[in-house]
Parts: sequence; structure tokens; C-alpha cells
Amino acid sequence: MEEHSAAAPLLPQLPKAPTGIEGLDEITEGGLPLGRPTLVCGSAGCGKTLLAMEFLVRGVQDFHEPGVFMAFEETAEELAANVASLGFDLPALQAQKLLKVDHVHVDRSEIEETGEYDLEGLFIRLGYAIDSIGAKRVVLDTIEALFSGFPNQAVLRSEIRRLFRWLKDKGVTTVITAERGDGTLTRQGLEEYVSDCVILLDNRVIDQITTRRLRIVKYRGSTHGTNEYPYLISEDGIAVLPVTSLQLNHEVSDQMVSSGIPGLDEMFGLRGFYKGSSVLVTGTAGTAKTTLGAAFAQEICRRGGRCLLFAFEESPKQLIRNMRSVGMDLAPFVEQGLLHIEASRPTISGLERHLVTIHKMVGEFRPDAVIIDPISNLITVGNINEVRSMLTRLIDFLKVNGITALFTALINTRTNQNEMTEEGVSSLVDVWISVRDLEGIGERNRGISILKARGMAHSNQVREFVVTSRGIELLDVVIGPTGIVTGASRLTQQLQEQAQTLAAQQEIERRDRELERRRRMLEANIANLRTEFESVEEELRQISTDEQSRQQSLTAGKQRIATPPHLPTTSAD
Amino acid sequence: MEEETWELRLYVAGQTPKSVTALANLRRYCEQHLKGRYVLEVIDLLVNPQLAEGDQILAIPTLVRKVPEPIRKIIGDLSNEERVLVGLDVRPHSSK
Repeated sequence: MEEHSAAAPLLPQLPKAPTGIEGLDEITEGGLPLGRPTLVCGSAGCGKTLLAMEFLVRGVQDFHEPGVFMAFEETAEELAANVASLGFDLPALQAQKLLKVDHVHVDRSEIEETGEYDLEGLFIRLGYAIDSIGAKRVVLDTIEALFSGFPNQAVLRSEIRRLFRWLKDKGVTTVITAERGDGTLTRQGLEEYVSDCVILLDNRVIDQITTRRLRIVKYRGSTHGTNEYPYLISEDGIAVLPVTSLQLNHEVSDQMVSSGIPGLDEMFGLRGFYKGSSVLVTGTAGTAKTTLGAAFAQEICRRGGRCLLFAFEESPKQLIRNMRSVGMDLAPFVEQGLLHIEASRPTISGLERHLVTIHKMVGEFRPDAVIIDPISNLITVGNINEVRSMLTRLIDFLKVNGITALFTALINTRTNQNEMTEEGVSSLVDVWISVRDLEGIGERNRGISILKARGMAHSNQVREFVVTSRGIELLDVVIGPTGIVTGASRLTQQLQEQAQTLAAQQEIERRDRELERRRRMLEANIANLRTEFESVEEELRQISTDEQSRQQSLTAGKQRIATPPHLPTTSAD
Repeated sequence: MEEETWELRLYVAGQTPKSVTALANLRRYCEQHLKGRYVLEVIDLLVNPQLAEGDQILAIPTLVRKVPEPIRKIIGDLSNEERVLVGLDVRPHSSK
């Protein structure tokens, strides 16, 4: 594994033997100490033998290191049968001389002590087994069985001390299993002798659900994860799921993905979500969160992508039936294999198993998008901290793989005003969409709003939407006197506006008519005046003409008078 | 009283003091109490390590009584004669 200390690159790190067990190499930062003994202790049923066996088998399969398993409690056949279900074929490996399983039978009743002795026989057997196949890994499971066989504790303890020294000298990496003691790490105090690395396995029952935890109590000479990590025993062996090993350095995409609802896409500055981002849809009961999730799934599948839907509340058939009633037919996508709906109750198993199931299905199905509906009832399985840590890991896992994730969550009506989710997941996701009940007077309407969208602008409005037989439709924004209105108020508002428009129009028409009337009136007035003016003009002209003619006739008369009457014209007088 | 032949196997690891002591003690007890009725085999595990598995030998030295059944194992250098005899289920026989 990579070295984390950039400060001192020249100092050699403690050499480690990788275990090949998922997650364990990450916590131990490379594996178990090479050539030294590691103690694995835990109570009954924790999986100590399994861990030891997997260490050996993976050592053979992945790292080509043969191994020896000294079994003090089970026979070789029993062991082979027990691990066959994990796909470990012990007889085959033994036949290939890559693995040696030696059963050591210790029976108190057979043994009588009659003087000084040592456990050289054990050393010889072990040495022979190691040398015969050139083993590099050894498991002693469980060496405490010797304590029941040999009553002389002094001899036993000194021989055990010698054994570990001898194993170190042989240069083999050893795993020793031991039973947990009350108040001590192991019943017989083996931790005195094995001080290089101690791993503690724990099997706890919390609220009727079994959770397994692993903790590295000490690891001499190396840094390691010091917390408790949950682990699982699945069909492929042990899987440890560390949280802190996830680094925040994954690739990001610039591609956008549509949400499946055009109106919602428009509320985002870039018309959709970034590919590989995580989206959280929260809302109180009955606010169409599942429908939103299904719309997203439909959109992904419509564009040929693969989608995985985890339903924790409804069965697949019910989901398909319900979505069909709102105009979304998911059945064809299921048949084509583009959509897979995985339904289970969250209480069916622990949180860790859910995480592993999701990991496995994502690995097998390779989806482009994952929808989990809802995540809120995972709280019934674990407490809030555990759910949050599980979701952190899940979100990181999906992000690293470039899978767009959509989670729906039910929020408490009480805390609705705080806009917070109980799981504290909101800070982990990139986009947070809230669907709410907008309670008006005597009715409830649904509004959708974007609380946050990392990396792009988004609308700050609470848009009303309805779920019709054609799917989810966002209604236009109507602004009333006090802001955006919804529901019946919006209809009222719309009617009012219509009435107002109508009234304004009528007003305009009235004014037009008034204007017309005035104009006509004025024009009539003008016509009247003109007529009057003309008649006056006529009158005056007449008078003036009369005057003129009188004047003329007067002048003519005067002339006649001035001129003597017609005298005969004198002739030559 | 049937004469049964005792088959005894002594596992040692080289010529350590304990192994040598055990062998010497064993020879003495056999001559004293089982004269003529026993077969003694000495197996050196340093020479034949694979034989440790068959009889499930952990401690050295170990004396295994194969016959008569049941198999009995006695560990130690056999210095405690009484224990050895009880362990082998041999009736002490004081003889010359």
C-alpha cells in the first residue's frame, strides 16, 4: 500500500504481510507484521478461525505464500467442510502442497506426567510442516487448547514463550487465535507473549441485531486505524469496512443528468444534476418523494442508462403499479434489464450487511444511477451515528465510481421548520431538494424547492407541483399581494387578475368612447360656428355690396345733377 | 492370566539429557516389571519428524503404550517410577 508519510520517505517502513482480506489491509496500512506473531482474540463465534484461515488461503491464492494451519480444536476434515461454503477448497490446496492442515489432538485423560519434559514434539511437528512446503504463513488455532492438556503451567508458558521466539526466528508470519477472557484480552493471558500485533474481534447484539466489530488493540512499529470497524462474514469471507480510509480524491464529471421532470430541471442553473453527484430529497409523508425517485429512474433508463433502485418500503410490483398510475411505466425497463429494483425491509439485517449488499449489487450490475428509497428507516436498524457513518461510506463509494445517487428521506413534521435531516446527511450530499406540504386555509398543496446545489446556481422559489396522470408537473409561479401563492389562493389570484384585466380593458374602451363623443361634439360645434361665421360673412358682404351700390348710385346721381341738362349742342355760335 | 506383550514406544528428540534419562529409566522399569513381556521401540523425532503426527506427540519425551489398549501416554523423563507404573497399568513386580 502507499506510504502516507511524505515527510520521511527514506525511513523504511515495517515490512508487512498483506492479508488479502477486504478492508483489513487498509486499516493495518499494509497487512500484518511480516515474520512476527499476531494475536487474534475474540469471543465465541466471532470468526477468529475464519479470519486465520482466510489469511492463509489468500496468502496462497493472491500472494503465492504457502501456509500451515495447526488446528488444536477441529480436525482437518471439519475445517475443510466449514470453509467450503466460502469457496476455499482446502483438500485441493493441500494436494498441491500449498497448504498443510495439521490436527493436533490434546487429551488430558491420556496424559500422565512423570517428570521433566518439554514441548519439543510440537516444535518438531511444526518445523516439519513448515519445511515440507516452504510455508511463509502459520496459523495456530487455538493454542489455548494446550492449557487443558498439560497441567504444568510453568513448563507450558515457558515453552509457549520459546515457541514464539522460534517462530520469529523461522521468519514466518503467524496468526494465533485465542478466546476472549473476562477483563483480559485472552483467557490464558497469551497477550504477554504476543506483543507485536493484537486484533480484537467483537460480536455484539444491539437491539436484537448482531453487529461485529474489529479493533486493532496494538500494532507495534506501525500506525494503524485505532477505531472499531464493523466487519461482516459474507459468502466471500470476511470483509472489514473502514470509514477513514476513504480519501476525498475522486474524479469529477462535467456532464449533466436530467432529473426526469422538466420543470425541476429548469430550477437548476445548469439544467440538471452533475453526473456522479449525490442528491437528497427530503419531505414529510405523502409528498411524492418516491414518485420523484421513480421519475429520475425512468429518465435514466429512457436514455439507455442502467439504474438500481433499492426500495426499503415497497415491493417492486407495488412500486411499478403505483408509478403506472401516474403515467410512469417502469415495467419495460425492468424487462430490458436496465432497471433493477431490490426490495427488502431494513430490519432484515444489520446496517453493515446492507452496505455490503449494495456494494455487491453495484459491482455486479454496474449502474449509472442508484436510488435508495428511503434512507430514513435505516435508523430503525442502527443509531444515528452508525447510519451516518454507513451513509458516508456509501456516498463516497458511489462517488468514486461516478454513479449518480438519489436518496429520499422522510423528515419529521416537528423538525420541518429546521430544514434538517435527522441523519445529518445533508452536509454529505451535493444537491438537496425539499418537497413540502404547503398548508393553506383548508387545503394542502405540495411545493418543491432546492435547498442547496453545489456548483451551480439554482432557483430560490418554492414551486408548487401536482402529481397528475402524466407524472409530476410544476405549475407556473403566481405572485399575489403577499408573495407566491399556491393552491386555491392561486386560483383565486388568477381569477382576480383576469377580472382586473377585463376591467382595465373595459375602462379603456369607455375612455375611447368618451373621447369619440367629445370629438364629435366639438366638431359639431365647430361646424355650427362656421355656418354662423359664413352667414355673418355673407351678411356683411351683402351690406358692403349694398353700400357700394348705394354709393355708386349716389355718385352717379350727383354727377347727373352736376352736369347741366342736356343742352342742345351749340353750334358755331 | 494371559501373557500380553506390551508394545511400548518412546519418542525422543536427539540425545538430550531428558531423553537419555527417560530411556535409561524405561529400560530399568521394563527389565524389572515386564521382563520378557515387552517390545520397546525408540523413535527419534529429529530423524523422523513425520512420525510425531501419527501418535500426536507434543511433549518430549513421551512414552506411548500401544498394546494393551487403551493407548496411554506418559510424558516426562520417567523419574517417578510409581507414576510410570500406574500410567502403564503395570502391576509392580519385585524381581531380581
